Amino acid sequence: MTFRGTPKGPGAGSMQALYAQLLVGLINGSFYALLSLGLAVIFGMLNIINFAHGALYMMGAFVAYFLLNLGGINYWWALLLAPIIVGIFGMILERTMLKFLTGLDHLYGLLLTFGIALIVQGVFQNYFGSSGLPYAIPDQLKGGMNLGFMFLPIYRGWVVVFSLVVCLATWFLIEKTQLGAYLRAATENPTLVRAFGINVPRMITLTYGLGVGLAALAGVLSAPINQVRPLMGADLIIVVFAVVVIGGMGSIMGSIITGFALGVIEGLTKYFYPEASNTVVFVLMVLVLLVKPTGLTGRAA
Amino acid sequence: MPDTAIAEAPAKAATGGNILQVRNLEAWYGESHILHGINFDVNAGEVVTLLGRNGAGKTTTLKSIMGIIGKRTGSVKFNNQEIIRATSDKIARMGIAFCPEERGIFSSLDVRENLMLPPVVRAGGLPLEQIFDLFPNLKERLNSQGTKLSGGEQQMLAIARILRTGASFLMLDEPTEGLAPVIIQQIGHTIARLKKEGFTILLVEQNFRFASTVADRYYVVEHGKIIDGFSNSELAANMDKLHTYLGV
Ligand SMILES: Nc1ncnc2c1ncn2[C@@H]1O[C@H](COP(=O)(O)OP(=O)(O)OP(=O)(O)O)[C@@H](O)[C@H]1O
Ligand SMILES: [Mg+2]
Repeated sequence: MTFRGTPKGPGAGSMQALYAQLLVGLINGSFYALLSLGLAVIFGMLNIINFAHGALYMMGAFVAYFLLNLGGINYWWALLLAPIIVGIFGMILERTMLKFLTGLDHLYGLLLTFGIALIVQGVFQNYFGSSGLPYAIPDQLKGGMNLGFMFLPIYRGWVVVFSLVVCLATWFLIEKTQLGAYLRAATENPTLVRAFGINVPRMITLTYGLGVGLAALAGVLSAPINQVRPLMGADLIIVVFAVVVIGGMGSIMGSIITGFALGVIEGLTKYFYPEASNTVVFVLMVLVLLVKPTGLTGRAA
Repeated sequence: MPDTAIAEAPAKAATGGNILQVRNLEAWYGESHILHGINFDVNAGEVVTLLGRNGAGKTTTLKSIMGIIGKRTGSVKFNNQEIIRATSDKIARMGIAFCPEERGIFSSLDVRENLMLPPVVRAGGLPLEQIFDLFPNLKERLNSQGTKLSGGEQQMLAIARILRTGASFLMLDEPTEGLAPVIIQQIGHTIARLKKEGFTILLVEQNFRFASTVADRYYVVEHGKIIDGFSNSELAANMDKLHTYLGV
């Protein structure tokens, strides 16, 4: 295989390094996709830009940590239980606070969810400080595989594949099932959907629970890779919001594809021009906003 | 009152019994007081038409019955059950179906999904074959995006989707508005057929020439009140009055 163009920068050099960065990009892309997907689902139904998303992602990781260390409940159960537990916490938030935002300007939802994020993160920081707590990779996913062209840590491969499956399943649920048709219709005209006999307020609560559950799932997946830290979500969510702006809020598939694509672009940038790897997403965001203010797949607000 | 009594009642009652009783219905959009005491009745198996000028309060009356106006007072009884304080999803589940003036076809759903959207609230709805029999155009367009249909097709879809649900009381808000004469005729046939099937229909119309082909009785709405009412056989005798009411 010939390589055209001269790679620059310190990370450049071998194909091995390129593949390694691609894998890191895919992993980050998995988290971007899961998180921006949840944001898109919540925005569609509740018309709220959920700034608490990063804090709920962090809670997912912490719930997995508590389950393991206090209850002896392993990773596999945590994948199921943490999204449910954090999802229920989210539904309580929706029932007690967010539901009163109906009909108000976006700014109120933004301020409220941002406030919730600060409180939740503050509480965790108070008890756990800022350093990371370890969470071990489950035995079944330890080790790696030599693919010939690169060494693949099994856990990382699992994260990419599993995230992709969850994203596609969510897409299928929303775009191809009767429940999804209710959801899409209620996004357009909740009053009429309710007048057909569907309990729309309950559906809104469950939708928030679904979006929050996806964030918590991403938190569990990330625990063995990035450790469990109170501010793990705060750092990530800024990039995720840029991803959402680039992809547009309107489309489910759009947020999945944009999430993975931007992870990969970030990874490639780390290889070819590492100095820009932390800013490339934001540069892209500005470019997209200049060309298409509604985002690549978004509908007009 | 227990729901079961309603649920077990035959979907299509025999002509005669009172199905809807509206008494002193008032309604508000925010601060503006729109309905000032509406009174009328609909009997099982009838087609009743609300006539009135633009802005008289016809749509608001239907929406108030459906429970989708924020503030409403007075009494609305459906099958003798008070529904004035019920939420619209509960009202729909009692067997009232609503076809809005703006049609409300969902653009993110294809025709099939639009058609299948309203949940079945009780047995006795029209089977799909019968619906396609009434609206053959829809069958050919099942995979199109809902809002890619023509205005007439969208109106047919808006009516078709509420026939599946088993609701026996249909409220149709100006189904002929903006449509070509052939399509108006087709909708007229449909309403006549539905009446024969035993549906009870509350129709809002500005076009009383069309209404006269299907309606049993009329009420005239003006400034949020019912100011007159008569049966189809009295229509000819009331023509002059009607022209004054409607300003046509
Ligand atoms: N969403 C709303 N907010 C405030 N006022 C409204 C709203 N909808 C309707 N109105 C007012 O309520 C009054 C009655 O409106 P309504 O839609 O019931 O009339 P209508 O008889 O159905 O008229 P048309 O034949 O034009 O459909 C009108 O004066 C209208 O301006
Ligand atoms: Mg109207």
